[in-house]
Amino acid sequence: MSHDTIVIGTGLAGLTAAVRLAQGGARVLVLAKGVGSTHLGPTTIDVLGYAPQRVERPGDALAALVEANPGHPYGVIEPSVIEASVEWFKAQTAGGSLAPYAYVGGLEENLLLPTAVGAAKPSAVVPETMAAGDLRGGASLLIVGFRKVKDFHSGLVADNVSRADVGGPVHARSAELELPAAGRVDLNALALARHFDDPEFRSAVVAQIGRRLSAEERVGFPAVLGIKDPHGAWADLERRLGRPVFEIPTLPPSVPGMRVFATLREALRRAGGEVILNAEVVGPELEGDRLVGVRVNLGRREVVHPAEHFVLASGGFASGGLALDSSWRAHERALGLPVAGVPAPGEPRFTDTYFDEQPLSRAGVAVDRELRPVGPGDEPLHENVRVAGATLAGAVPWHEKSGDGISLSTGYQAAELILQTGQTASSLDEPAVTA
Amino acid sequence: MKAVPSGHNALMTTLQTEVLVIGGGATGAGVAWDAALRGFDVIMVDRRDLGEGTSGRFHGLLHSGGRYAVKDPHAATECIEENVILRHIVGDAIEDTGGLFVTTPDDDPAYGDRFLQGCRDTRVPAEEIDVAEALRREPRLNPGIRRAFTVPDGNIDAWKCISALADGATRHGARILTYHSVVALHSEGDAVTGARLRNELTGEELDVEAGFTLSAAGAWAAGIAHMAGVEGVRVAPGKGIMIAMNHRLVNTVVNRCIMPADGDILVPIRTVSVIGTTDIRTAHPDEIPVTQEEVDLMLDEGEALVPGFRNARALRVWAGVRPLLQDVKTGDSDSSRDLGRSHAVLDHLERDELKGFMTITGGKWTTFRLMAQDVVDAMCAQLGDDRPCRTREERLPGSEDGETYELGHRLRVRERELQDEQLVCECELISRTRLETAMRESGTANLDDIRRDLRLGMGPCQGGFCIYRATGMLHAIGRQDGPAAAGSLVSFLQERWRGVWPILYGDQLRQARLDDWIYQGVLDVEHAAATPPAGAAPPEVIAEAMQSHGAEATV
Repeated sequence: MSHDTIVIGTGLAGLTAAVRLAQGGARVLVLAKGVGSTHLGPTTIDVLGYAPQRVERPGDALAALVEANPGHPYGVIEPSVIEASVEWFKAQTAGGSLAPYAYVGGLEENLLLPTAVGAAKPSAVVPETMAAGDLRGGASLLIVGFRKVKDFHSGLVADNVSRADVGGPVHARSAELELPAAGRVDLNALALARHFDDPEFRSAVVAQIGRRLSAEERVGFPAVLGIKDPHGAWADLERRLGRPVFEIPTLPPSVPGMRVFATLREALRRAGGEVILNAEVVGPELEGDRLVGVRVNLGRREVVHPAEHFVLASGGFASGGLALDSSWRAHERALGLPVAGVPAPGEPRFTDTYFDEQPLSRAGVAVDRELRPVGPGDEPLHENVRVAGATLAGAVPWHEKSGDGISLSTGYQAAELILQTGQTASSLDEPAVTA
Repeated sequence: MKAVPSGHNALMTTLQTEVLVIGGGATGAGVAWDAALRGFDVIMVDRRDLGEGTSGRFHGLLHSGGRYAVKDPHAATECIEENVILRHIVGDAIEDTGGLFVTTPDDDPAYGDRFLQGCRDTRVPAEEIDVAEALRREPRLNPGIRRAFTVPDGNIDAWKCISALADGATRHGARILTYHSVVALHSEGDAVTGARLRNELTGEELDVEAGFTLSAAGAWAAGIAHMAGVEGVRVAPGKGIMIAMNHRLVNTVVNRCIMPADGDILVPIRTVSVIGTTDIRTAHPDEIPVTQEEVDLMLDEGEALVPGFRNARALRVWAGVRPLLQDVKTGDSDSSRDLGRSHAVLDHLERDELKGFMTITGGKWTTFRLMAQDVVDAMCAQLGDDRPCRTREERLPGSEDGETYELGHRLRVRERELQDEQLVCECELISRTRLETAMRESGTANLDDIRRDLRLGMGPCQGGFCIYRATGMLHAIGRQDGPAAAGSLVSFLQERWRGVWPILYGDQLRQARLDDWIYQGVLDVEHAAATPPAGAAPPEVIAEAMQSHGAEATV
């Protein structure tokens, strides 16, 4: 089967673009070096959390953010598109392979969810299994940890979350369980999630904490409540404990992120798209300004994958989509696009203070209003290439808490723009949302 | 004279001791060990943690003396003699890597002959080997090298060695006060009689009455001498930067066979290799920023030794400050790299008619034991005490078996217990029990101190995973409450950042961004309720003392 559209990258942006394109009828091939960023982060869809003060209503705060930060990715995405991408994502999850596991929330307001150090992090759209952790207005919580899981410390969460500024008192206690009793002493989040898929293990957990609970307490766990059937595991615990239960993200590997990856990859398969992993794109095939294919490294040789349209979603410096060499030159590694926002030689790239916004923070590929890459003079470079996600210039995702929102909305919009050209195999009459 | 009158505040704690040692680097710890071993009652103080000034900020090279064989024959002989002694007394901190001197295509091959002759004259064992044999031993070396010589270089783990010295001294009754800075020296008549200290963690002050005060404050010695009213102690701070590279690019210490210059040593130590160093006169020992130009210089020099060096991953960069002695009263020269690497005992009775006070400074890491011996001998001479030095023979705690350390040691121990023990730091193979024990026993709950004790977070991910775990464990064992633990975490992240931002390129930038992902994206540490840890950034007491008296940096 030949492909008309190639997506580079399997993070949230790449998978979103690929699924949306395939559902719109495009013949999609995803090329990626490995699994993407979903396995690292909490995969709450944080649209905008700080700007720079804590944001309560992300939908309302976007305009001011864009005005204060020219070149921000949200500047080329209409709020209505962000909203549409969120609704699309919620429909994919709720109707996907892990259904009825679902995401809840929207752009109207941020929840304040506890993190594994007990901070209250603003998030717009979150797994249903995390929503009951919302601290706004105060809460009474029991945080449950597991001695064998070193990547989540319930006592630290409880102690700090009790002091979080959330508009009401938070009373939090913690418990640490010696479960599972048998087996290795060192478990990562995924290993514990597999235990939670087992009803007998859940019974043992309920037996240990059920009698410790006071009337009002909600129960927080590390985000490991099942990998095969997370809704089932979570709902079962809520039923048997007789109260709301919620998950708190752990260090990587991220179980909620794996759920998103599994859901979108299966949606892509169902829509006829294809994924090749261990296929690192190492360069463009150009005819004039037009990208006609990408070169993929296959061990000692290279192959060219041709297509009509391309979405570059290979990530930023963290994922290896962008790189800075030891002579301080920045590179976009798949297509060799220019990287904007890199301090000039001799200018500082970083400050000596960790939590500062670093001069290099906003570096990435600059785009026009249709997500097409542009050069230093804003001139368009390739009209059939769209850029999405962390590869884009202009944002400080970890400061803003905007990374997943940018990836989702730009991935979605890149697909929409390609489908609108009418040059893919689709009939464009198909509905935009196939739940 | 800046001295406090003897009438103390009645509420203030006063400690009494025979010998007060100021400075907890290799020299100070060596002095404490030497004096305690002779039977003196000793108190050693440092304004921060042990080895945090200069001693923990070097490349880890245990000199064979080869580096000084041509330029400074006396230093070369001292080095080889001490090299042999240290292997005997503190083997657990030393790895016998051996060393190579190599002539790169840019170097004059004739220097090799002077080098060999110098080694013979100074009794440094050196032997020329075939280039092919050198490349067989170290395949990553520049294949264009023209000559190669073997010498008995090694590496020495600064923190392990200093901690063994402190442990040994403690077992002989010494008291060690870290995070205690000297705010004033006491005097009576023509004698120094002790010091006033400030506890940097609590802010409390206390007095030490001492029969003798030995300043081993290294690059900060001028400030201490100034407190006793002694002027003209010139210790020129010489900044050197070092970069730790991921993995051991070489397994033998590699030196360029040239007159000592910048970036001409590559030292494999533990899981990394360290390139060094520079030598730049600096205004003040507490102000030693790393510049981009210095990093570029190190990377270029690394390429000359190991082609592809720039593509390897740099883990961390730091600067240390050498105490280069240039005492006006003993009339040393004033040129820069040639400033004395030799050490000197300043007997302030002879020099300044002040009893009970001596300064030991200058010198090299490898010769710390000899420096300690010399100053304690001088003290004994002034006291008319004939107890002999025993540090040549006496093995330090942890090194009783006389064996040197081997790289596989930690893995060997860990493999035995892997099924029963959580691994907190995968890079450096640190178990949960070991970490929790260190946390309970440490004088501070500062994660950066624990990092130095255990090498926690020193591997490729620079604490990306283990520091969250360590924070949770600090809290779980009751060492700190939530905000204090979060504050320790914030402070660690900032300390780490200082050591990585100048070398953030390639894979290490990628790693740093992954760590941002974890600490900002997943954990949102920045917005956790955090209280800043006490003692993480103590005031620069001596700097203040120097500045408030209008003294110049190289007083």
